[in-house]
Amino acid sequence: MAMDNLAPGSEISGHRVLDKYLEGGMAALYRVAAPDGEIRLLKLPKLGFGSHSSCFAGFEVEQISLSRLSGPHVPHLYASGEHEGSPFLICEHLGTDSLAARIENAPLRPSDTARLGAALAVALSALHRQGVVHHDLKPSHVFFRPGGEAVLIDFGLACHGQLPDLVQDEADKPLGTPAYISPEQLRGRRCDPRSDIFALGIVLYAMATGRLPFGSPTSLAGTSRRMYFDCTPPRRINPDCPDWLQEIILHCLEVNVELRYGSAAQVANDLAHPEQVVVSDRGERRHSRGLHVALRRGWRYLFGLSPGPLPPAAQLTRAPHLLVAIDTADTDENLQSALRRAVKQLAAAAPDWRITCVTVLDPSLLAGMEDAPEIGRSAHTETLIALHHWAQPLELPVEKLRFHVLEGGDAAARIMDYARAHHVDQVVLGARGSSQLRRLLGSVSARVAAEAPCTVTVVRTP
Amino acid sequence: MRTAILADIHSNLEALQTCLAHARAQGAEQYAFVGDLVGYNADPVACIDLVREMQAKGAIVVRGNHDQAALGGLCEDMSFVPREAIYWTRTQLGASEREFLASLPLIERRDGCTFVHASAEEPATWPYVISFRQAKECMVASGETMTFVGHVHHQTLYYAAGATTRLFEPDSGVAIPVPSRWQWLAIAGSVGQPRDGNVAAAYALFDSEKRNLTFFRIPYDYHSAARKVLAAGLPEQLAVRLRRGY
Repeated sequence: MAMDNLAPGSEISGHRVLDKYLEGGMAALYRVAAPDGEIRLLKLPKLGFGSHSSCFAGFEVEQISLSRLSGPHVPHLYASGEHEGSPFLICEHLGTDSLAARIENAPLRPSDTARLGAALAVALSALHRQGVVHHDLKPSHVFFRPGGEAVLIDFGLACHGQLPDLVQDEADKPLGTPAYISPEQLRGRRCDPRSDIFALGIVLYAMATGRLPFGSPTSLAGTSRRMYFDCTPPRRINPDCPDWLQEIILHCLEVNVELRYGSAAQVANDLAHPEQVVVSDRGERRHSRGLHVALRRGWRYLFGLSPGPLPPAAQLTRAPHLLVAIDTADTDENLQSALRRAVKQLAAAAPDWRITCVTVLDPSLLAGMEDAPEIGRSAHTETLIALHHWAQPLELPVEKLRFHVLEGGDAAARIMDYARAHHVDQVVLGARGSSQLRRLLGSVSARVAAEAPCTVTVVRTP
Repeated sequence: MRTAILADIHSNLEALQTCLAHARAQGAEQYAFVGDLVGYNADPVACIDLVREMQAKGAIVVRGNHDQAALGGLCEDMSFVPREAIYWTRTQLGASEREFLASLPLIERRDGCTFVHASAEEPATWPYVISFRQAKECMVASGETMTFVGHVHHQTLYYAAGATTRLFEPDSGVAIPVPSRWQWLAIAGSVGQPRDGNVAAAYALFDSEKRNLTFFRIPYDYHSAARKVLAAGLPEQLAVRLRRGY
């Protein structure tokens, strides 16, 4: 076909073709120059004798996905259309800093795994919030911007929760890369954002151990093992992998979607605060669990009732990140009870919730005292204890609660910074009637309500 | 070009006017009425007048089974309530309305789209597209990439991807890309008698340049429409249906 080999110098949609950059099984990439000289990438499906119709489908799906996505975590789409009967895409050239290149040095240090993994989880979260499930997450599909943000590429298998699924199935061939595919994808269930969280778990596992948890199977039977059997716990392969990291990885790799993380934002939150991760049996495990677990999963698969996939919008509503801002110095017990009631109601409405309790400590209030650093530290610990004490009457599972003491003079700004950085869905805080702080600084709740990037609930006593 | 597809108006003037106003605000330049202008509700003549006027300006209009029944016959295949409504409708229609209904084609193809009330496969027997097999048959008989039907009062989008036919239930107001490499069969939903528990009127808008299709649910004054049904002496169930949406 004419489009299979583009001559350097030819023009498409105002872009001049420079050279062939990469050639894969499904598509070819060319470097092209925009009118202003910027280098971009032109993607063409490989068509011709023997090419499958799913090639076209994947290309169309990518075009639809990219045209609907925005933000720093996807390549910018500059142009798309048809040229001499063949579809094409022109998008941003992301350079060479890919996760595939970085993972060659695996096992990585736990701090590096956490940092890169968190960047990837944030990118996934951004994608899911826009209603799209990637379905083919793997290191070669992740690039990094100079600022450290992860960018996801190749949306040929993506699914949008509010659009018909155009990805075509081929008999006996699951849709996805065998090493990274989730158990539910193997059953043909698509469009659940938690499938991407499973693939994220595989990527984290590979970063932490240098190995793929289920290898690179070539047969359907080999790929299907993950539906029943556990992988080897990462710490058995790499003893330097900390228990919190194993906890996070195996939490992502749960076979049953209901037991997996509820959202990619929760994974990012845990990778950013390892000290807050509650290590359970998952993190401490030294051996993969035996045949009885596999048999139970097999039984469940054959006879159990498993709910269908939840599209991104529905799943994210079930997995909100709630930020409760608490004034530990406030002695108004009525207000504190009202706040706890509001938190419990919100948690009851969403099964996969995550709650972070924060308070803001002003270090300047301690200034001038002798041994201020020492007092500051103990004040920090005391505040943290007070936060735990505040949350105790909630009687909620501890593994889903997180506690943070934020520091700074401007309480409202600190709360909003945290909410922004950790993709908080809703802030809950009390309105202080007449505290000293309010007279001094103005109302924290009013400012948060006006300026926060998410929903804000301000609780008042009856 | 943006085409509004309105199906199963069923003599509901309030719903029809509301959908037309909404479609106009969305930039609709063409209108397609895919059958069942009359039946069930209380404004057959006003609805026919409106549609006839729009047909004169180029709108596509095809005949539905209720339009056919209003022209005559025993309506033995209908149950009691719709038959009562058809008998009442016959008393309202004059010669010119009957002539208009009789002149309507069963199926029309225009600009790569097929418009038909029930199914492109044997349209005169009024089959309901309620299975993948029927959807596939309809798409094959249509031969075009886009097929618009009514008859079944639920908004549904069928599409053929490779050998399989799939079904998609659209959300109101979301523009769905419908690339021409696939075959699409859209059931537009009912303007005048929704039956899915949602009282809002249903229609669809197809943008042939951007190649996208948007299904809409539009709130309208169903209280007035239901009052008219009762005032006309039509069966009470028909008024209840408008108020409940099923």
